[in-house]
Amino acid sequence: MTILPVKLSTLKKGDSCIIQSFTNEELQLKLMEMGCLPGELVVVDRLAPLGDPMAISVSGYTLSIRLDEAASILVTTIS
Amino acid sequence: MKKVIQVALVGNPNSGKSSLFNALTGLNQKVANFPGVTVEKKTGETDLGKDANGNRIFAHLTDLPGTYSLYPKSIDEQIPLQVLCDPDSQHHPDITIIIADASNLKRSLFLCSQIIDLKSPAILALNMMDLLPAKGIRIDVNMLSGLLGIPVVPVNARSGEGVSDLKKAIVSDIPVPQRDFIDIESLVGDFASSISKVIRANSAYAAMQAVCNFPLITYFSSRPEKKMQLVALIEKNHFDIPGFQSRETLKRYEVITEFMRACVTVEGALKKSDLTRSIDRLLTHRVWGYAFFLLILFLIFQSIFSLAQYPMEWFDLGIAFFSQWLESVLPSGVLRDLLINGILAGLAGIFIFVPQIALLFFFIAILEDTGYMARVSFIMDRLMRKFGLNGRSIIPLMSGVACAVPAILATRTIQSRKERLITILVTPLMSCSARLPVYTLLISMIIPTQNLWGFVNLQGLVLMAMYLIGFVAALGAANILKFIVKRGPKAYFVMEIPVYRMPRWSNIGLSILDKIKLFLFDAGKVIITISIILWVLSSYGPGEQFSKIEQQETALEQSKTPVSQEIENQLQSEKLEASYAGVMGKWLEPVIKPLGFDWKIGIALITSFAAREVFVGTMSTIYSVGKENDNLLTVRDKMMAEKNPETGGPRYTFAVGFSLMLFYAFAMQCMSTLAVVKRETGGWSIPLFQFGYMGALAYIASLVVYQALK
Repeated sequence: MTILPVKLSTLKKGDSCIIQSFTNEELQLKLMEMGCLPGELVVVDRLAPLGDPMAISVSGYTLSIRLDEAASILVTTIS
Repeated sequence: MKKVIQVALVGNPNSGKSSLFNALTGLNQKVANFPGVTVEKKTGETDLGKDANGNRIFAHLTDLPGTYSLYPKSIDEQIPLQVLCDPDSQHHPDITIIIADASNLKRSLFLCSQIIDLKSPAILALNMMDLLPAKGIRIDVNMLSGLLGIPVVPVNARSGEGVSDLKKAIVSDIPVPQRDFIDIESLVGDFASSISKVIRANSAYAAMQAVCNFPLITYFSSRPEKKMQLVALIEKNHFDIPGFQSRETLKRYEVITEFMRACVTVEGALKKSDLTRSIDRLLTHRVWGYAFFLLILFLIFQSIFSLAQYPMEWFDLGIAFFSQWLESVLPSGVLRDLLINGILAGLAGIFIFVPQIALLFFFIAILEDTGYMARVSFIMDRLMRKFGLNGRSIIPLMSGVACAVPAILATRTIQSRKERLITILVTPLMSCSARLPVYTLLISMIIPTQNLWGFVNLQGLVLMAMYLIGFVAALGAANILKFIVKRGPKAYFVMEIPVYRMPRWSNIGLSILDKIKLFLFDAGKVIITISIILWVLSSYGPGEQFSKIEQQETALEQSKTPVSQEIENQLQSEKLEASYAGVMGKWLEPVIKPLGFDWKIGIALITSFAAREVFVGTMSTIYSVGKENDNLLTVRDKMMAEKNPETGGPRYTFAVGFSLMLFYAFAMQCMSTLAVVKRETGGWSIPLFQFGYMGALAYIASLVVYQALK
């Protein structure tokens, strides 16, 4: 069974996932330079009180990312 | 003989770069802008001791803006590229110090690896080693140095530990890195070497940087023929720049992962700092998070509003005392007048801001240094984004209620150009403390002292409404400006949320000092110039009328007989009326008549440009109350007794008072704010635009209100 990738922005607090690919070439470069590489584990730490942006743990540190930006990261969730 | 080594400091944001810079330079630092852009440039000197021949060696340090990569994503991030990849740059270093957060080694090594491949001498300063035990991480520093091919020095930028080792490393004749971090040829074939034939490049990677970033590198702007050859080569090879950058990034991380496996050991589970996690659970909570932020705002607000009052009052007293003393020792004449009412008044107008700036930056530096500012941005972003602002805009905006000058200096914490510019443009609409005397005077004239429902003071309510109007206007203007102001190149809001750390007092002290210096020297020049112009306008006048009054004044002074205060006040009033400012006020009258203003208010509008509260002083002079008798009630009574010759009724009706208050709420009548905006935006275009749009807003608002109410 293959798991279809979903947008990172659809995940909830506490969810874990693996980065698969990106849909925005410019943002992809910035994210990759900051250590968000395909295959990397991402944990959704929390969402801001108003639902946007989200805080994610990746590569040993925490990033804040707006939901419309997180939508350009495709991930597969893991339990 | 003095020998100077040029050293550049680069690193990721939050890597402790400023702390290291402070630890190396201490008070020997200068703040300016990089040429052509308003990106803060800090430079400083550090003594490295003596070499073998007894010559003193100094390092001239340049602190480059924090970045994650040599490929810039913002104007700030262009600086490291321009400095490091262009040998012609005036800041091009002999040695580059890369500062890395040891607890975030993987990400820090990315930038480090790019710099190694530029093939110029470099040192890796490994910071925050003290955080490693808690994370269960151990780094074999010697092995890392061997793998990277550059010296690695562990430092603790906060405590200063390792800084002397770093200084020793700088003087130790560091060779150019020999080994390639990644093999560029494996990514692009012989493309890099064909580029190197056309342009001067230290390495294959330096040539590739030129390919990817040539529009930004100054080397090419003076050599159009090289640029054309380069572009021709890129086109001929159909070279895919983003594809290359992406493959390069993957390759670098591949090598970094390999190195990390060799020299980093992790004992126990890799855990994020538990303390940070628990604090964040509270500080980004949907109730407690905002409650805490509100408390912080309240604290900042209270201190710049009330605490700053004391030093400001002492300062005012000191200046008053000093001017009196000058007046008593200097012979009367133009020079004395210029010195006291032009220069000294200007200086006073500059220094009066220092306590507020110091206090605001005391708080902001703590918020930044502890890592809380990133949380403010996190919880406020959604709300502020709607208005084209940034989560961080809330602090300058709220500080604007005390004073727009420090508030605009505080916009530096906003990384996005567009959002920073909008914040600068709308902050002066917030009702600042200089408007308070104007509001108080006018409200006491047009609003009766009565209570609403028995307990709400009506005057207080109107005062609050004026503050609210300012706030709403600021948000409204931001909402419109977000469609007008152009978005900078590729702006993203991906931002690291750092772990909480204790603030370092020395850093905070230096940050306050920087801001004060910056304000005094840069904005100060403009303020003093305008102050002198205003002095000329109100102490000189055209034609006979003015000289006649002046003659009377000299005659009175020389007569040595005691002159009644009343006559002197009357004379001052006539003098102001006949001065250039008075003429301008009269000249303004037809323009401001539809707003309900007469020429007397016209004069006040001009003199208020020095600072809005000058309105009260000018009114005192015009109504012959006398400046010394700075009694609000006397001025008020005189103003209220004034009759409108056209209607026969009182001059200051409700409509006029309200229209005037709105004018003061919206118009940009503050030379200090203009000077600071010019300083922060690097030119006159933004402050002039701001002056224009706020003036138009004020005019229209006053016009509508007066015409509707009269």
